[in-house]
Amino acid sequence: MAGVISTSLSGIRYLLDNLPEFWQLLAEHLVLVVASEIIAISIAVPLGVIAARHEKLKSPILSVGNVAQTVPPLAIIALMFPILGLGFLPSFVALFIYALLPVLVNTITGLESVDEGTIDAAKGMGMTQNERLTRIRFPLALPIIFAGIRTSTVINVGTAYLAFFIGGGGLGAWVISGINLFNMPQVFAGAISGAVLAISLDLLLAAVESRLGNSGPASAQVAA
Amino acid sequence: MIEFEDITKVYADGTEAIDGINFTVEEGTTTVLVGPSGCGKTTSMKLVNRLEEPTEGTVYVNGTDNQELDKIDLRRGIGYVIQEIGLFDHLTVGENIATVPELVGWDQSRIDDRVDELLELMDLSPEYRDQYPRELSGGQRQRIGVARALAADPDILLMDEPFGALDPITRENLQDEFLQIQDRINTTILFVTHSIDEALKMGDRIAIFDVGEVVQYDTPAEILSNPKNEFVENFIGENQTFKQLSITPVREVMDDPQAYESAESEVAPAADGGEYYSISPDSSLQVGLTRLLSIEHTTLPVVDGGEVVGFLTEDHVRSYFDSAGEP
Amino acid sequence: MSAAHLGVVPLFISPYLEFVVQNVDQLFARLIEHILITAETVLIAVPIGVSLGVLITYNDRAATAVLWLAGIAMTIPSLAAFGLLVPFLGIGSDPVVFTLILYSQLPVIRNTYVGLTGVEEATKEAGKGLGMTRQQRLRRIQIPMALPIILAGVRNAVVIVVGVAAVGAYIGAGGLGEFIFNGIRQGDSVMIVVATIIVSLLALVADYGIATVEQLLRIRNGEQVEQRASTQLIQKAR
Repeated sequence: MAGVISTSLSGIRYLLDNLPEFWQLLAEHLVLVVASEIIAISIAVPLGVIAARHEKLKSPILSVGNVAQTVPPLAIIALMFPILGLGFLPSFVALFIYALLPVLVNTITGLESVDEGTIDAAKGMGMTQNERLTRIRFPLALPIIFAGIRTSTVINVGTAYLAFFIGGGGLGAWVISGINLFNMPQVFAGAISGAVLAISLDLLLAAVESRLGNSGPASAQVAA
Repeated sequence: MIEFEDITKVYADGTEAIDGINFTVEEGTTTVLVGPSGCGKTTSMKLVNRLEEPTEGTVYVNGTDNQELDKIDLRRGIGYVIQEIGLFDHLTVGENIATVPELVGWDQSRIDDRVDELLELMDLSPEYRDQYPRELSGGQRQRIGVARALAADPDILLMDEPFGALDPITRENLQDEFLQIQDRINTTILFVTHSIDEALKMGDRIAIFDVGEVVQYDTPAEILSNPKNEFVENFIGENQTFKQLSITPVREVMDDPQAYESAESEVAPAADGGEYYSISPDSSLQVGLTRLLSIEHTTLPVVDGGEVVGFLTEDHVRSYFDSAGEP
Repeated sequence: MSAAHLGVVPLFISPYLEFVVQNVDQLFARLIEHILITAETVLIAVPIGVSLGVLITYNDRAATAVLWLAGIAMTIPSLAAFGLLVPFLGIGSDPVVFTLILYSQLPVIRNTYVGLTGVEEATKEAGKGLGMTRQQRLRRIQIPMALPIILAGVRNAVVIVVGVAAVGAYIGAGGLGEFIFNGIRQGDSVMIVVATIIVSLLALVADYGIATVEQLLRIRNGEQVEQRASTQLIQKAR
């Protein structure tokens, strides 16, 4: 226990002693995560909407999506190397692909999970297909879509550490060189900042979600 | 008014849902489509707002072939209530009710007034307006479902097993309430149910369906006293007399008050007294008879708005049934 | 495999096949290591996770706290967790297994909890009516009914474990990750591709296998499911 505390303290000290480098690495990490996540969302959500509308597209996209999610993150990172080489771009592409899947799958399942009776009522009231999508289906699917976005973002922060192996920069630099040099304070500083980053992004998204969706009483949204 | 003209509906897989039905739903009346499941009653109803399209034949809505009308406009002009209720859980009760008025672009103050009016009509207190549907009971939810369907003041209301998912007591209450609402709105109603009791209670006219065909289209009284064939008879089931009692209002059977002026002394302590010793002319004979049997007198005064408008005796009931040709 | 045989395969595949043929012993050894790490993790993690999941059904507040903690554990980057454990557990597979046990907790605890609490009130009520004690209801009704959902959590965990175990090679845990890291270090794309394919296949096979068991359990519980081919095959074989 004493060891854990002293490592933590020395980790925080390491972070404070190397603040400029920390900001640099954090910025690299954030750019990778935020850019790949935003692009993944802006592609996955519309794609999910289109897929949910077309029976023929839906099941292949869902099965490919589900299978692809079982491919380990290290595998996707490593595979980028032979294809795109080293640096920011391969890291970004790998993170983008990995972030895309949960959002895509959740968008489709979210839109699908909207109660048939509700859709029936909306149709019978004379809503056009677009009105049903924007006024009914999408808002009702929003909690599930957001769950996908939050999962994807948290995973993305963790996966971005591995990007350092293919020259993507980010907080992985401290962790990996810390392991190589057996510099535990450095490992701790790199690790804890990523965990805090993941949690903060998750909380931020939760706040955005409750702003965005007036989807009923908060209590009804507490998913297990 | 809704007219079904030679409607046939065959699904893509070859199953024939409807085979040449013809009938007319008069303006301002309630017609109930009733029959066992899979008989085509729901499909028939969905032909009206074009959730289904006929293979052959024409549905006229207020005199116009509905194929010539824009699907979306048509649906916005027709109220629609379903068993699943289908409230939008992400919208408040008020927003749910306001859906169609908003779609057709009413201004906000008119919408607000209409929502208030409907909450009152459905006997829901104004505080429900800002609540979310999930917080409410099944009965309250369906009240909101009906209010939502009535919001844009449609000429026609389609109701598909609207009370089917409710417990018996709530269902009974909602049926009674809806009967009163029916009197206050001048809407042509098409009502689908599998329960003959509900059909007899709610309908001005009833269309009995048997696998894709309308076997009898008549008033409830006519269906009970003259079932057209064995299918109808079986469908009505036992206790036809009892059912007839429950659908016949006291008003149709009672004597006018003059007839009993001479026998004033015989009348129960009544007219002004406890409600129990009088009856409203709109109550059913079933209620009337039950009351007659539970008081010591043989004559029950019929009171409407504090005034005696008639009298009911066991003999009236008996002779009514004799003339109707039923035991 | 003969050279003539290799000639039939499209040209772009042949270097990969050649690599497999040349390194079959090594690949197999690493695969076994990978499976052993996964198995060791699952054998320890699942009993812990299920027990915790059962325990927290007794107390809502504990449930929220435990699920929150398990969620936090997942936000720690795997590589960092390995690195931090090295001073305490040394290099090798121990810090990796320890981390993976932590990672498996969220899906297993959450699904156990959801599965148990999701059993229909009426079914529980019937159990009560039959005079079952709380323990008996748990053992005879809730757990069997929840089993497919718990297994889905285990499946989820196994996929994570197989994937993250690959990263463990960086701190000397062995497994297929070793080929991936060597491949990156030596710039050998063939090595990377072969290793990633095998790791991915391992994850897929585990996923598919557990999903099949899960389906069989659902069928036993009387649920309507769209059957996958493997399930049909097993059903037929019976």
